[in-house]
Parts: sequence; C-alpha cells; structure tokens
Amino acid sequence: MASLDDLKKRITSVKSTQKITKAMKMVAAAKLKRAQESAEKGRPYSEKMNNVILNLSNGISDKETAPKLLSGTGKDKIHLCVVMTSDRGLCGGFNSNIIKKAKNYFGEILKEGKVLKIITVGSKGNDQLKRQYGNKIIENISFKNSKNANYFDAEKVGRIIIEKFEKEEFDICTIFYNQFKNVITQIPQAQKIIPLNTESADENELEDSYEFEPDEDEILNNLLPKNISTQIFKAMLENSASEQGARMSAMDNATRNAGEMVDKLTIQYNRSRQAAITKELIEIISGAESL
Amino acid sequence: MSEEFKVEIVNPETSFLSKEDVTEVIVPAFEGEMGILKDHISIISFLKPGILTIHAKSGEHKFYVEDGIFEFKNNNLSVLTSSIFDLKKIEKSRLLNLIKVAEEEASKQEIDDQSRFLIDQKIEVLKSLN
Repeated sequence: MASLDDLKKRITSVKSTQKITKAMKMVAAAKLKRAQESAEKGRPYSEKMNNVILNLSNGISDKETAPKLLSGTGKDKIHLCVVMTSDRGLCGGFNSNIIKKAKNYFGEILKEGKVLKIITVGSKGNDQLKRQYGNKIIENISFKNSKNANYFDAEKVGRIIIEKFEKEEFDICTIFYNQFKNVITQIPQAQKIIPLNTESADENELEDSYEFEPDEDEILNNLLPKNISTQIFKAMLENSASEQGARMSAMDNATRNAGEMVDKLTIQYNRSRQAAITKELIEIISGAESL
Repeated sequence: MSEEFKVEIVNPETSFLSKEDVTEVIVPAFEGEMGILKDHISIISFLKPGILTIHAKSGEHKFYVEDGIFEFKNNNLSVLTSSIFDLKKIEKSRLLNLIKVAEEEASKQEIDDQSRFLIDQKIEVLKSLN
C-alpha cells in the first residue's frame, strides 16, 4: 500500500491536472462562442453564392460546354480527398472521427481500383494518416500561425486545388470536415466539391430569367473557383466551431474524472491515516499493558 | 411610389452592409460601370476593381471593391465580394500597401491579358483614391 506521503503527492498532482483541464475548458468555451458567431456570419455568403451558381447552371443549356469545374472531367479515375482537421490535440474524438470517415472512403476507392490522392489540412490529420497512407499524401497544409479561420487561408487551399485540377491531376474532389451541430455532437461530413452537386436545383424557385453580363460561361468561369474557396472556408468555420465544441466537452469530462479521482484518493488517504493512528495506539496500549 | 430598394453586401467573414433605403447603386461591373435603379431587370454579373457607390436616403456611401459578383433580383441587390473597404475608414498606409502589392503583381511577366487588365485597372483606381 502506498505511503501517506505518496498519496498526498498523488492528490496534489491530480488536483493541478484538474486545474489545467478546467482552464482549457473555459478557454474552449470562450473560443467556441466566437467560432460559432463567425460560422453564423459566414453563412449568408456561401448560401448566396450557392444560389447564384444554381441559377447560373440552370441557365446553361449545353452541358457539353459547361465549365469543367461544374460538370467534372467526365471520368472518375483519380480521387482527391481534402481531409480537414485541427492543428491541436486534446479535443476528444474530433480528429479521429474525421479520419475514420475519410479512411472508410479511402478503402472504398482503393477497392474499386481507383487512384487516391490526399491533401491534409491541419497537422493532426497528417499525423494520423501518414502511417497508413503516407505515399498517397501529396500535400500537407497547416495554418498553425493563424489564430482564427480566415478567408485568406481558405483561398490558399482553394488555389492549390484549382491548380491541380487544371493540370488534370484529379477528376473528383471531396472534402472531409466536421459539421457543427452542438457542443456534444459534431457530424463528420464528406462533401463533393468537384464536380459540383447541382441536383438540389429543383427545390429552389428558379423561374426567374436573368440577364447575364458577360455571358453565363464567363461568369461561371469566374465564379466557380471562388465557390471552391467559399466551400473550403465554410468547412474551416464549421471545423473550428466543432473543434472548440469537442475540446470543451472533452475537457469537461476530464475535469469531472479528475474530481472523482481526487475524491477516491482522499478517501484512501484518510483511511490509511486512520489505520496508522490505530496502529500507533495499539502499540502504545500493548506497550503499557506489558509493564 | 417609393423608389427604394434593398442592398446587401456580404463578404465571406460577415455580412458587411445591409440597407433598405437605397435609391441608386453604381457598380463597377466587369464590362463597365453600371447604375442600378429600382425595378432593374434581374441580372448577374461580376465586378472589377473600382468604386461602388450607394445613394441612399441617409446619404451617399462609397466603397472600394476588388472582385466579386452581384445579383439583382426582385429589387434586391446582393453583392458578394471577398475584398471591400469603406472609403471613409480606409487608412492611407493601407491604401499605399495595396498599391504596392498590385504593382508588384503587375511587374510579373507570366500573367495573362485579362489579369493584366484587371491589375492595371486596380492600380489606376487605387491611385485616384490616393
């Protein structure tokens, strides 16, 4: 059995761990609020962008001449997967959930005999994927230095993707990120961004006829690359809200567990203290009796 | 009959501006500046670097925009842009910095005609502001 001194040390150490996790929880909560706000603020832009593109793609009669970013290359041989994770750990299952989702998808693609290429955004994803899929990772982007998700970074990622698309390095592009539902639930998402999914077009009112200046094709050519950055940005916002949410609940759990541990250790400490006292008393009494 | 319509300017990070009492907007559209009044036909076009002017009941507002698209529909003008500055709030040093970056870009050899046109436009507009 551990000595009294050892127990005491244990208790202090658990208590200071608890302090750290508690502080991390508070920080995550404050950051979460901000991340959630910016996710909400960013929504109108991506929604409007989406609407305009739906309107435009509806206006294009000839699918053959449609921009490739919209209709795809017509093949599905090479898949590019952009896996977006966080740069920091200690956020529960946040990163593992995305990775799990992505790995399932990778497995399917490889089973069908297609070529897989991976871009990881965020260093944690790279760490987890490089062992199994190291030779498939063609790029690793990390924004450790940026404090918040910002559009500038998203544009950087977007540009890399478009560059690769123009060089015909892939046919289909999917991004993986966590969608923020609430603090305890984040849903890992796989979203296809090239070719663009325009199937939901029927749900919107599209009877309006627009005047286009210059013509549809040119506007689309200008707009589609922007849309990719916008989608990436949206994913980044969702991801950062999810990351903070996940970290908050993980740290909340850790704080609670540390509290339980302190309680248990305190009971054990008191018991052994009492046992020691009893032992000493017995020694004194038996010593007195023998006289 | 009122001659007002609604303008919304959004950039990726936030909803930049929303106004209900707008009478006229002059947008630097790709093929030339364009004035938009109420009941304009539905239109989608994109922007080139320039000055976006909003005439509203509450006064006149001017913004510098770099790129983006706009959509006018049912007396709703939405402008989507990733770079927009209020001319009243923009600082001189920021402006100079923008010019510097643009000039650096323009001095590169490998850009195509369209982007060169856009950059020249940008420099011109920025210099006129300065």
